[in-house]
Amino acid sequence: MSEQGETATLTARLLERAAPKRADFEDLVIVPVFAVVVALILGGVAMLATNVDLETIGRSYVALAYGSIGSINALSETITAATPLILAGLGVALGFRAGLFNIGAEGQILMGGMAAVVVGFSFTGLPMLVHLPLALLAGIVAGALYAAIAGWIRAATGAHEVILTIMLNMISYRLVDYMLRMPAIQRPGRSDPISSSVLPTAELPRLLEWLGPNLRLHSGVFLMLAAVLFVYWLLFRSTIGFEFRASGESPEAARFAGMRSGLIIVLVMALGGAFAGLAGANQVLGVLGRASSGFSAGIGFDALAVALLGRSHPFGVVIAGLLFGALEAGGRQMQVDAGVSIDLIGIIQSLIILFIAAPLVVRALFPWGFRKGAPASKE
Amino acid sequence: MEIELRGITKRFGEVVANSDVNLTIRAGEVLGLLGENGAGKSTLMNVLSGLYRPDGGEILIDGKPVQFRGPGDAIRAGIGMVHQHFMLVPVFTVAENVVLGVEPTGPVDFLDLKKARAQVREINETYGLEVDPDEYIENLPVGVQQRVEIIKVLFRSANAIIFDEPTAVLTPQEVTEFFAIVKSLRSAGKAIVFITHKLHEILEVADRISVLREGRIVGEGVPGKTTDLELAEMMVGRPVSFKVDKTPFSPGPVLLDVQHLTVLRENDAVAVNDLTLNVRAGEIVGIAGVQGNGQSELVEALAGVRRVAGGSVMFQGKDITGASARDRHRLGMAHIPEDRQRTGIIAAFTVAENMVLDTYYDSRFSRGLAMDWQAVNQNSAAAAAAFDVRTPSIFEKAGHLSGGNQQKLVVARELNRDTKLLIASQPTRGLDVGSIEYIHKRIVDAREEGDGILIVSSELDEIMSLCDRILVMFKGRIVAEFGAAGRPANKNDIGLAMAGVAA
Repeated sequence: MSEQGETATLTARLLERAAPKRADFEDLVIVPVFAVVVALILGGVAMLATNVDLETIGRSYVALAYGSIGSINALSETITAATPLILAGLGVALGFRAGLFNIGAEGQILMGGMAAVVVGFSFTGLPMLVHLPLALLAGIVAGALYAAIAGWIRAATGAHEVILTIMLNMISYRLVDYMLRMPAIQRPGRSDPISSSVLPTAELPRLLEWLGPNLRLHSGVFLMLAAVLFVYWLLFRSTIGFEFRASGESPEAARFAGMRSGLIIVLVMALGGAFAGLAGANQVLGVLGRASSGFSAGIGFDALAVALLGRSHPFGVVIAGLLFGALEAGGRQMQVDAGVSIDLIGIIQSLIILFIAAPLVVRALFPWGFRKGAPASKE
Repeated sequence: MEIELRGITKRFGEVVANSDVNLTIRAGEVLGLLGENGAGKSTLMNVLSGLYRPDGGEILIDGKPVQFRGPGDAIRAGIGMVHQHFMLVPVFTVAENVVLGVEPTGPVDFLDLKKARAQVREINETYGLEVDPDEYIENLPVGVQQRVEIIKVLFRSANAIIFDEPTAVLTPQEVTEFFAIVKSLRSAGKAIVFITHKLHEILEVADRISVLREGRIVGEGVPGKTTDLELAEMMVGRPVSFKVDKTPFSPGPVLLDVQHLTVLRENDAVAVNDLTLNVRAGEIVGIAGVQGNGQSELVEALAGVRRVAGGSVMFQGKDITGASARDRHRLGMAHIPEDRQRTGIIAAFTVAENMVLDTYYDSRFSRGLAMDWQAVNQNSAAAAAAFDVRTPSIFEKAGHLSGGNQQKLVVARELNRDTKLLIASQPTRGLDVGSIEYIHKRIVDAREEGDGILIVSSELDEIMSLCDRILVMFKGRIVAEFGAAGRPANKNDIGLAMAGVAA
């Protein structure tokens, strides 16, 4: 009895969760916050170096803040810009978790967007309840299949997914341009590569038109939120996510535990592509209304940064995506108000990633933000 | 030469690796430094060899305090270290390796290899090392490579030589030769520190013994006066039993039947060559052999993580030659992989997650695609308690556990279900006495329950104390069988078979 009681006490003690460690807090909160702050400061330094006077610099940062969170319109623009970043970022984050560096979000967005556009203008007379989900599904499937090509080649031959997805990006650019000139897709009467417009029954309804006709926020935001919750469940509450994470942390241990690495690679890539494809569909059905050459606009590459900054955690991806959306929306305002090029935003975004990727630099710059002493190690 | 460590303290963050350690090393004497893994032996010797700077205490050489700013200082002071993992360039010759970093040069910075060879020969003769200076390292057996490391240290005119777990990679015969070398170094007046966790070795070769536990010197001993049990107790901090209690051998039906198995390495070289063996219910079969003779490939093929090139594997009368790891697992085969860090656990996963690494899909732990974390956690906590996995909580990262506890975690995962056959590769490698004792007990428990057990180990003592039947593997084949039907187990005979000497 007493021994049983002892075991029971021990079992209960083992089930207690330790309080989050200071080191986790530093890694998850302090480093990203400092990275953003330093990037903004260095952005100012970059402006100074290019002969922008202090007053203009001040004005541009005010514009940045105003343009991103200063009004209903600003918030609408921020979220509109953030939605595809978060969707594609989730796809990239899934890959990171499984140890795969999926650079191909850009191409997957293009393929997903194209499929959604084609379905979006091809079927006349369908009710919205059928047409819109069909167009979204087309985007998801196209993105998934396109990414699965890279996954399959990786699993079958061992070719590296970074090379594969970069090459698939290259192919997708040209493929989209080619498709946009096909008679079935090109808008009648146009000679430049641009598609017919998506029918109203396939458009993602705008949410705030009753407040003002220019508010572009559309219902894609709900898709995005659902996707975030789904990815969270998938990664941390499902057996598939357990396999993904195990393969990502230690492919060998996962294989020894009986997990099928080839299948996991294809599945992860396809799922990541599905989210990127949804991001593409979200853009063409919710914002652009049609496809044109290079309509992905670098979202797929920003998604890499969003996934990195978000620490490959779905909730982190939301925060990072909102930040990048805010920088983009605010950057446009900055260009209008202060005449500073929007390229500066690109610099700031890159600096943030640089500092995230090099936490030791942040530690060195802000020693007082971190607990003293080198990381402990045994023997 | 006399080296004295006085009150050495070394901390890493909050972890105290060495606390107020006093130690004297004298010329012409072998000091045995005994301790479990994590006791602080390596840290202490890294302090002495200049890799770490102590946080407290001092080092005196011949009574004069010295300060080492790096390994270079220690080498100049005459302290040399032979590491557990050799630091040799495989495509260089012995002489080239020996002079690397301190090359004798002729005029115009010309590398004087002739002189290097002569110097290596001289050291050879002085200490009876017998190493060909012109042979390439990659062509030498491990035992000879170790001698090259010793020559390297002597070439840098070391008077004190530290050996860090020197016998871990050697065959029994090589160990005997190694001890002869140690003795000749001692008679040449060198001061020697011999670090190990193997009791019988230290009793054989040391003049004095110091025992380190939790960073402190907890006791001293003299071979001949102190017994291995006393030393083990000092090391672990509680009485230890070396004897493995087993019920009499009464094997059941054949569980695993391997016929003419051939397995290839990555480079298509034959690793397992037309090998035939079987394991019965209720018996422990041991495979002895020097590492690299195909044991790893054999185990991986049996566990379903390496492709079989020829032959067949039957389990309970069922052909599983091409079955997946998962299928074998479902049939009741358990596998303790040889490299726990790489293939046994996932360091970044929690103890709980590691506990279900190969059972997460089971109906106990998931419904459809949804994991039942509540059940996983409950089960993991119970298993951790039952198998003595010492961790603050099951939510701790497995990588933060000590090696012994990581291994107990693997054992818990593999045995904490209904198994019929256990395949264990190096189940206690690098573990401390306490953990070894525990894991052996668990393996014997599994045997008593009627499981068949196949153990691969390079520790002959382990094989001899645990197994009912011993097979010796050499160059991919079983070359000898001892115990049960075969010849009675005898350490010398097994050692000879391991070295490929036909008996």
